[in-house]
Amino acid sequence: MSKAKENTKTAAPKAKTKAKAKAEAEVKVPGPLEELEQKHERKNVLMQGNEAVAYGALDAGCNFFAGYPITPSTEIAEILARELPKRGGVFIQMEDEIASICAITGASLAGAKALTATSGPGFSLMQEGIGFAKITETPCVVVNVQRAGPSTGMPTSPSQADIMQARWGSHGDSPAIVLYPDSVKESYELTIRAINLSEKYRTCVILLLDEVIGHMRESVLLPDLRNTRVINRIKPNVPPHWYKHYDKDQKYLSPLASYGEGYRFHVTGLTHDSLGFPTNKAAEGAEMMARLRNKITYNIRDLVQIESHQMEDAKIAIFAAGITARSAKAAVAIARSEGIKLGLLRPLTIWPFPDEAVRKMLQNVEAVIVPELNQGQFIREIKRLTKDKTEGTVVGLTKVNGQMLTPNEILSKVKEVM
Amino acid sequence: MANIPQKVVHDYLRHDKKFPHVWCAGCSNGIVLGSIIRGVASLEIDRDDIVMVSGIGCSSRMPVYVDFNTLHTLHGRAIAFATGVKMFKPHLKVIVVTGDGDCTAIGGNHLIHAARRNLDLTVILINNNIYGMTGGQASPTTPHEAIATTAPYGNIEPDFDICKLAMGAGATHVARTTAFHTQEVQKMVVDALTHPGFSLIEVVSACPVIYGRLNKKGGPSQMMKEMRDNSIPLSAADKLPPEKVEGKIIRGTLIKEVKPEYSEMYADLLKRVSAMGDEE
Repeated sequence: MSKAKENTKTAAPKAKTKAKAKAEAEVKVPGPLEELEQKHERKNVLMQGNEAVAYGALDAGCNFFAGYPITPSTEIAEILARELPKRGGVFIQMEDEIASICAITGASLAGAKALTATSGPGFSLMQEGIGFAKITETPCVVVNVQRAGPSTGMPTSPSQADIMQARWGSHGDSPAIVLYPDSVKESYELTIRAINLSEKYRTCVILLLDEVIGHMRESVLLPDLRNTRVINRIKPNVPPHWYKHYDKDQKYLSPLASYGEGYRFHVTGLTHDSLGFPTNKAAEGAEMMARLRNKITYNIRDLVQIESHQMEDAKIAIFAAGITARSAKAAVAIARSEGIKLGLLRPLTIWPFPDEAVRKMLQNVEAVIVPELNQGQFIREIKRLTKDKTEGTVVGLTKVNGQMLTPNEILSKVKEVM
Repeated sequence: MANIPQKVVHDYLRHDKKFPHVWCAGCSNGIVLGSIIRGVASLEIDRDDIVMVSGIGCSSRMPVYVDFNTLHTLHGRAIAFATGVKMFKPHLKVIVVTGDGDCTAIGGNHLIHAARRNLDLTVILINNNIYGMTGGQASPTTPHEAIATTAPYGNIEPDFDICKLAMGAGATHVARTTAFHTQEVQKMVVDALTHPGFSLIEVVSACPVIYGRLNKKGGPSQMMKEMRDNSIPLSAADKLPPEKVEGKIIRGTLIKEVKPEYSEMYADLLKRVSAMGDEE
């Protein structure tokens, strides 16, 4: 009798959950009307690139910021100093940039979604720590609002000279995921993406901003938060003694435990085995390096984002990122009005480098112009992919006086090579 | 002083994974590790709640051998990493194991600022007066005129008084002893772990293979004897004229005071901000 009673008791909630699940599934597929409604709920705001980074970080679930003041990134720290405590998050101003990258890595190992923001001189100081986050596969994000260098340089002037540093700045051959927005809106979006990718791939993701974008104010249509995809690291569901901090059976995206959850794992900057313990064995060292490399190279399609602007019939292409791509877009519009078939290829992910898209571009156009605010960094990558072409087909346009490249300067270069 | 049997100490070690250890015969690091474990065991702290963080150097190899949450970081940066861990999960007990070079040369900036904030970290600084792992270069605590491979004609620099440095920076609990006085180390570890604020324990130690050989200090036992004979308790030092204290290692708790702790102040800040939101 009592058994029968129990059965009915357990059966009833089951049916209920099924019905509930069905209802939820129905809600999750919006029709065109609902979609429109959601679009109307998006907020139109005027904000700076640095503000967009700060709010993007918060919307992606960032709950820990450690940083040190530096122009032109300081607004990010200031906004997060105000906003993180409102959301129960941690803001701490550290004694320098080295301490900042170390603190966010420590916090991330304790379970935080952690971010820091800096500019060139601070970015240089952070390089050793960035390498540590990469070898220990600890999620974190470093925002570098670039300024003119070298050294103290021109703190309030734009520059795109940290492209190679973002890739190769840390010693010892580590992989890199580096994103590069061209607008305030995209600064918001790519900050969310940077945090998502850091959680998914368990690495330090770098977001490069141009000083102009960091300080420029634009009208931004922020997406409805309900439509924002936020990725959280996978947590282990095995008992502690089964846990491997770097589990090679998990397709390079292995679960990550946090300190204080009973897993008591070891983390070291030394070359380590799958448990995280240091090793000098050649095979284990090679395995670790392959794991770091493969999680990027096996997922190129997920990582690389590229915008192709008027490239369908282009005879000449511009390859540019960030603020220089904004000038390039204006140059394309002017050229098109004059009947010149000019297009723009713009990487949103600069590392890993979009080899496939660049190769396709090189096959289809007669010449490529590479404008950049440095002394020739992107152009090295384009030339790497042009082995069968003559020298003249890839033409650089550089500027390092602390000012932007204008649409006319880019257009003049286009006309030179025509 | 709780008497912790050897069996309990063994239970805290990662036997099957990381032994034998890297330390030389006669090194003090293992003695200090034993005392730290005894201190933790006597307090019956859940080992899941302990995070041991270290930098680079001989002493910084310690975390790998012990069954806590462990983090072996960059040279000089242990306290900066520990700050991140502690601030995100303040309920965790964070122990930093570091050396004289790691903490007072390359990591000096992080030491003074963590002390200034009075963040609740337990820093165990094992001072062997030399860079042992890289083969005997002079550190900020290499005594004046002592020999190091980078001071082959004798060290012309004055040495740091680490405890004074920490106190000057605002540490609220500072103590010093030697690796010979294992019971004192254990007691000081207990004091530090129960102190609500920044604690620094300087453990003067013996490095017979590098420092001892360069400076003709004899073997491990002679260096142990020197630590015993050349150190005096603070209570005795207070009664002696200054000339008799000169050159002695003074052992004891140099400061222990309760001041607002950083992670607690941050928690209060969160409460204040939350209350402001309610008023709006």
